[in-house]
Amino acid sequence: MVTDATTETSPLGIERNVGNFAYPETHVHDAGTGLTEMTVHYISNIKNDPDWVREFRLNALRTFLSKPMPTHWASKDLEAIVFDNIRYYLSSGTQAKRSWEDVPEDVKRTFERLGIPEQERKFLAGVEAQFDSEAVYSNIKKAVGEQGVIFVGSAEGLKDYPEIFRKWFGKVIPTGDNKFSALNSAVFSGGSFIYVPPGVKVKHPLQAYFRINAENFGQFERTLIICDEGSELTYMEGCTAPKFNTATLHSAVVELVALKGAKIQYITVQNWSANVFNLVTKRGLAHEDAEVKWIDCNIGSRLTMKYPGVVMKGRRARGEVLSIALASDGQHQDTGAKMVHAADETTSNIISKSISIGKGRATYRGLVHIPKHLKNCKNNTECDALLINANSRTDTYPAITVRGTGNAVQHEASVSQVSAEQIFYMQQRGLTEAQAVSLSVNGFVNDLVRQFPMEYSVELKRLIELEMEGSVG
Amino acid sequence: MINDTAVLDGVMETDSPQETSARTILSGIPEGRSADHLPVWFHERQQIAWSRFASLPMPARKDQPWRFSNVAALDLTPFRLGEVLRHAQRSEILERSVGLRGVAGRIIFADDHLLRRDPLSEKLRQLGVVFQPLERAMIEHEELFRKHFMSQPTRLGSEKFAALHEALVTSGTFIYVPRGVEVELPIEIFHWLHKDDASVFPHMLLVADELSKVTVIEHFRSTHPRRRGFACGVNDLVAGRGAKIRYVCAQSWSDNVVAVQVNTTTADRDASAMSLNVNLGGGYSRFESFSRLTGEGARSDLLAVSVGEGSQEFDARTLQSHESPHTTSDLLYKNSLSDRARATFGGLIRVEPHAHFTDAYQTVRNLLLSDDAEANSMPGLEIMADNVKCSHGATSGQLDPDEMFYLLARGISAPVAQQLLVKGFLNEVVLRFDNPALAAKVHELINAKFARIPRS
Repeated sequence: MVTDATTETSPLGIERNVGNFAYPETHVHDAGTGLTEMTVHYISNIKNDPDWVREFRLNALRTFLSKPMPTHWASKDLEAIVFDNIRYYLSSGTQAKRSWEDVPEDVKRTFERLGIPEQERKFLAGVEAQFDSEAVYSNIKKAVGEQGVIFVGSAEGLKDYPEIFRKWFGKVIPTGDNKFSALNSAVFSGGSFIYVPPGVKVKHPLQAYFRINAENFGQFERTLIICDEGSELTYMEGCTAPKFNTATLHSAVVELVALKGAKIQYITVQNWSANVFNLVTKRGLAHEDAEVKWIDCNIGSRLTMKYPGVVMKGRRARGEVLSIALASDGQHQDTGAKMVHAADETTSNIISKSISIGKGRATYRGLVHIPKHLKNCKNNTECDALLINANSRTDTYPAITVRGTGNAVQHEASVSQVSAEQIFYMQQRGLTEAQAVSLSVNGFVNDLVRQFPMEYSVELKRLIELEMEGSVG
Repeated sequence: MINDTAVLDGVMETDSPQETSARTILSGIPEGRSADHLPVWFHERQQIAWSRFASLPMPARKDQPWRFSNVAALDLTPFRLGEVLRHAQRSEILERSVGLRGVAGRIIFADDHLLRRDPLSEKLRQLGVVFQPLERAMIEHEELFRKHFMSQPTRLGSEKFAALHEALVTSGTFIYVPRGVEVELPIEIFHWLHKDDASVFPHMLLVADELSKVTVIEHFRSTHPRRRGFACGVNDLVAGRGAKIRYVCAQSWSDNVVAVQVNTTTADRDASAMSLNVNLGGGYSRFESFSRLTGEGARSDLLAVSVGEGSQEFDARTLQSHESPHTTSDLLYKNSLSDRARATFGGLIRVEPHAHFTDAYQTVRNLLLSDDAEANSMPGLEIMADNVKCSHGATSGQLDPDEMFYLLARGISAPVAQQLLVKGFLNEVVLRFDNPALAAKVHELINAKFARIPRS
């Protein structure tokens, strides 16, 4: 019953077509379509939520229903989401498996096609895979576990480590932050909980893999990562979904807490199929001397609205967002960054590169806030946009607030085309026009891609080549 | 036509201020206003505009075009329609209306009433140049006037204020320069706010026909440095094919004036428009500049300097709209902010799908001179064409400590050194304006503002 017989494998599953297959649904638990208090109770009952979580969900539902859609600035396409047609919870009713052999055969096939366990054997320190609403597989390498690193699903996290979990859960991104964070808070399921003890530097990245398999389904994972004093962590996530005809919603909330001197690097390669609304709230809290770095690649989805943020709460904290967006026909990548400076000597850096192909639209939306009486805060923002075709579109909407005499910000943006001279030069040397454009685009993102972990940068370059095929001529 | 000043002056000289007209602006269009001299079509437009004003909501901070703006300052309830001033007050204002030395024509209004008009030279009039108050132009040049009067859409958030302006406008200037005519000297316009809580609705419509040249400077002033008032102005500059328009707006309202100004510039094929906004006064002043490039080869330069102190707020919104291929726009805005002053810049470069080969630039620089000063910058781009060169930059920072040290080491006191550096910072904008006489005037106004700021 596989709908697409692609056999290519890719280490991290970010090729556009690798994810395009679906298995028949065999869900034991299904909350049905639409969202009411009953839906929330249903999810709470299945997950056996403690009372405070149930209460938290119900409150969030009220907030969600009372908040308007962000219509005054957001894309009109948001109106295409029909909340009543979405299925909010689906699972096969089994616990996450520790051993790959125990994972149900069809789910295993899904992830093997995407290369997940293979990848784990190679270099990952731990991996978690989520299939619709629940984690199906979760494993952490022994060596990392012995250091005291906790890497479990969010449901397990809130039950087994309530003292750490509750302290930070919903603190970085409050329920009412926006309509979609409220929605997530009401129906969240799945996602990762990670705790890294003081001084532990996790050498290899931890990875999570998200997969939507059912039509009309909404995935609402919730991730909370806490790095204790002086620890370091790299986390990577990837996402795919089959190409259904109807819209699918992905609305995650990701909270990062970097305590004194900790470093968190969070890497996303988003390759949802072109029917997914990807509306994600991501924010990190950086304490004294801590660093939070978001590396965000948006290649898939129909509409992405995602602005990873860092709140620099302690002195000398540092925030960084490196963002690459590729918008093809029918896609709108509305991405950006938020940097909130809340202590002296904090620094932030935003580098955003977007490429619009065909009728694709790439938007940068940013916020930099430096309140008064802070000293020696610095922000640097660079946004570069590349337009490939005559009907491509790009927008930039930054908002920068600075008070006081001790701070400096600079913002720069540019929009350009692939240089005709460059293309001509390369064609003179025997490259086809498509090859030349592809090479030129890779050059445009190269200085940013170089900062990514090697496995990702190689994949990303290949992916851009793939996307560029047929876009010229 | 030649005698019109005499006639108008005659009307003024009756010196019988009607104490009755102390109506608040929110009570609507005064009855009987049209009966005097306004044409019926105009009066009808005012009625329609009033109902539009009444039906539109007040701006809220959550509205994207009003983000960061202190919309609470826009309470219109205290303000009253302008009244005719007494003879002594008028003479005093006329005496204080000192602007440029050599002008082609001058017109002076106070509390929305015409005080005086120095007409154009006989030569210019014979060439067909028109320089008239609104109420005469709408009769004598009805076709041209109706074609252009408030014909541009309000795109930057002040639809409600544009409607209020259209409903209550009584005073203003109409300038028309025929094909190929060059008006060498600048035309000068003064708008004064005098009485407590008075309001004015200054209007200017400038139509420069093919290959003509004209320069205009507008002064917005208050007679008293702290008196409350409200100003709600609309300017439309129309540059025909190959025309060249230079425009300076020197805003020195009192520190308690609430001002909303909506300007639109349209540049047709190969036309060039350059505007310089000098924002020195006002408690809350919002300035919207909508610059349209409608013909190939058109160029628009948008320049502004703002000097804020105390609790002054400047809110600038701009739109560089590229509607034809091969057009150029260049924006440079600089703000110097001390005390609790706030500046907001919301700008957008929009390149329409067919406007290929566009060059568009946008630069905002904020100088923060105190811990409570605040700068909000929202430089935006919307690009729907390719083969464009667009860039924008926004910076906020302080005076360079090395430069300060250099000046202090040469025995210059700290406040003087700071002023020198701030003037140097602003000077880059003024120097870009390609009319030396007007640039000198702008320098003079900026210096006067600095002379007023108490040095700590």
